[in-house]
Amino acid sequence: MSGPGMIKPGMTLFKPMKSAARLASRTEERSAADQFRSRLRVVLGTMLVLCICLIVRAVDLQLLDDGFLEQQGDARYTRIAKLSANRGGVYDRNGETLAASVPVDTVWANPREVLRSSEQIPRLAAALHRDRRWLTQLLTSNLDRDFLYLVRHMSPSDAAQVAALQVPGVYLMREYQRFYPAGEVTGHLLGFTKKYEDVGQEGLELAYDGWLGAQRGLKRVIQDRLGRTVEDVESIRAAEPGNDLIASIDLRVQYLAYRELKAAVQEHHAKAGSLVVLDIETGEVLAMVNQPTYNPNDREQVAPSRYRNRAVTDIFEPGSSIKPFVAAAALASGRYHPDTIIDTSPGMIQVGLKPITDRHNLGRVSLTTVIAKSSNVGMSKMALTLAPEAMWNSLHSFGFGAVSGSGFPGESAGLLSDYAHWRKVEQASVSYGYFLSVTPLQLAHAYATLGAGGIARPVTLRRAEQPVPGEQVIDPAVARELLAMMESVVSQDGTGNRAALAGYRVAGKTGTAQKFTGNGYGTDGARKYVATFGGVVPASRPRLAAIVVIDEPGGQAYYGGDVAAPVFANVMAGALRLMGVPPDALDRIPEATLVRVSHEP
Amino acid sequence: MSSGRGALSVLSAVLLVTALAVVWSRHTTRSLFIELQSLRRERDALDTEWQQLKIEQSAWATHGRVEQTARSVLKMVVPRPEEVRLIQE
Repeated sequence: MSGPGMIKPGMTLFKPMKSAARLASRTEERSAADQFRSRLRVVLGTMLVLCICLIVRAVDLQLLDDGFLEQQGDARYTRIAKLSANRGGVYDRNGETLAASVPVDTVWANPREVLRSSEQIPRLAAALHRDRRWLTQLLTSNLDRDFLYLVRHMSPSDAAQVAALQVPGVYLMREYQRFYPAGEVTGHLLGFTKKYEDVGQEGLELAYDGWLGAQRGLKRVIQDRLGRTVEDVESIRAAEPGNDLIASIDLRVQYLAYRELKAAVQEHHAKAGSLVVLDIETGEVLAMVNQPTYNPNDREQVAPSRYRNRAVTDIFEPGSSIKPFVAAAALASGRYHPDTIIDTSPGMIQVGLKPITDRHNLGRVSLTTVIAKSSNVGMSKMALTLAPEAMWNSLHSFGFGAVSGSGFPGESAGLLSDYAHWRKVEQASVSYGYFLSVTPLQLAHAYATLGAGGIARPVTLRRAEQPVPGEQVIDPAVARELLAMMESVVSQDGTGNRAALAGYRVAGKTGTAQKFTGNGYGTDGARKYVATFGGVVPASRPRLAAIVVIDEPGGQAYYGGDVAAPVFANVMAGALRLMGVPPDALDRIPEATLVRVSHEP
Repeated sequence: MSSGRGALSVLSAVLLVTALAVVWSRHTTRSLFIELQSLRRERDALDTEWQQLKIEQSAWATHGRVEQTARSVLKMVVPRPEEVRLIQE
């Protein structure tokens, strides 16, 4: 880089030369001085450039990209901490706890830190109620991790003993565990949350997950060297606990239903059973149970197929319990009234290729008797005189073939095929409960609609806070006539006499349907049945509607009147007493048990 | 010149006061925060106990258990229909 070229022409830097020797030495001197100066400039120039670079970088860091360094600084001592929040509880209509989140502690560890004080491991294992070798194995095989669950969801008192050992590298974390005090009794209805997570997986827990669910909060904190929080810096997101859910269930009625259904399913060696109780005035579900059930607190050993709430998900051909809703179409047509005579002899009728039979030949009987004695022939004959459209409309207006709107996960709409596809044989089949499928909840809802004088109210699983408006789907006069006919079912001569209650008038209908299996309805020896009883009480001013479904009773008795009706009676007797509904059949109570009091003036 | 010096000394005094105030408020924040944390711990402990007690109570009051006790220990029975008296006004 040096050389004469750097010196500008015409510049006088040195005195003129006097001699050759001096000239030579002067030339040397001059070139050395030149070199020095030029080097100086290079060095200064380089330093200037570097200085500018530093300033540019400093400006960049401090002014233009100021967040980065601050973040890096903060990251050395601030942490984002999670704030756990409680999932909302579920309560029954009287405030009894059905589901609650209980605080529990999860023990976690940093394996390397724990192994540094390995003499503590036996005591730690004992406090964790775990095997010592298991713990050592777990720790040594996870040395590359900083976070390792040791035991999840310990009770706080047990976890406090673990914390008291003060083993380095062992920490507690607060979590919540879902607990269902009523266990099996409310299993299907409530469902459950995912294990170790506050997310609904089945039942009401799933249906109202958004309402019940809590939102975890986040906050930025400053921690010291040992991980202790020294200061809250800012709240990033506040923790929001979930809302409480007040269910429509009355736990007392629910327990009664559970107990009676379980006893009946065991007594009759049935495969399964469902029972639904509705409040007629509000459409609220007061009880909903199934058998077999499971305990949501301990569901490890139970096949997931048991989690299904059959009362809303499973469909079946209802058999005779559909008859009141077909009769509703007949009464509404104006061509039939309860005393219209129908000839059912000889107890058999051929429709297309299909023979339809009765248990006994009833002869010429009134429509009321057709219902009371559950004559398939009478129903078929009557149905075939009705327009298919009118029959379909009646069934549809009672809610068959549509979801009830309860919002329960997996609710089935049942099957009600379009009347355009009905031939005579299908129309006759529908009239006594085949060729259509329903859920127990749909049947209960339809009976509740009858009981409410033809007003269909939406089914709800939450407690109704105000009167629920409904839709008038049939003439109230028709509903009254039907209730009177259904009372005759529970009379001494009816098929449902075992549903009778002391002191209360009962209106109901039995059903005994043959089950359609892969190869038809089965031959004589191998037939399977669904026994049902649906009804409303007290008949004079109905308050409660209920349906009992017993699937494949395996004993000698399989008729709805023998298997399902007694369950209905037992549950209703208890429920009416619990709800303080006054008796409406005082005339049927023995005079000796009645005490009359008169007010003193 | 003297007015400038006066302003300077006033500002210095204000600066000193505010600096002390910052220290004081910082200290108060810390000590209040520690108190808040201990109160939160106490609340959590009480919450935990409350939940446990609620669960315990509902476990004791399970309908199945009450019925079992009523029938077997206390020998209670549901009255038969003829033992019931209905009072009519």
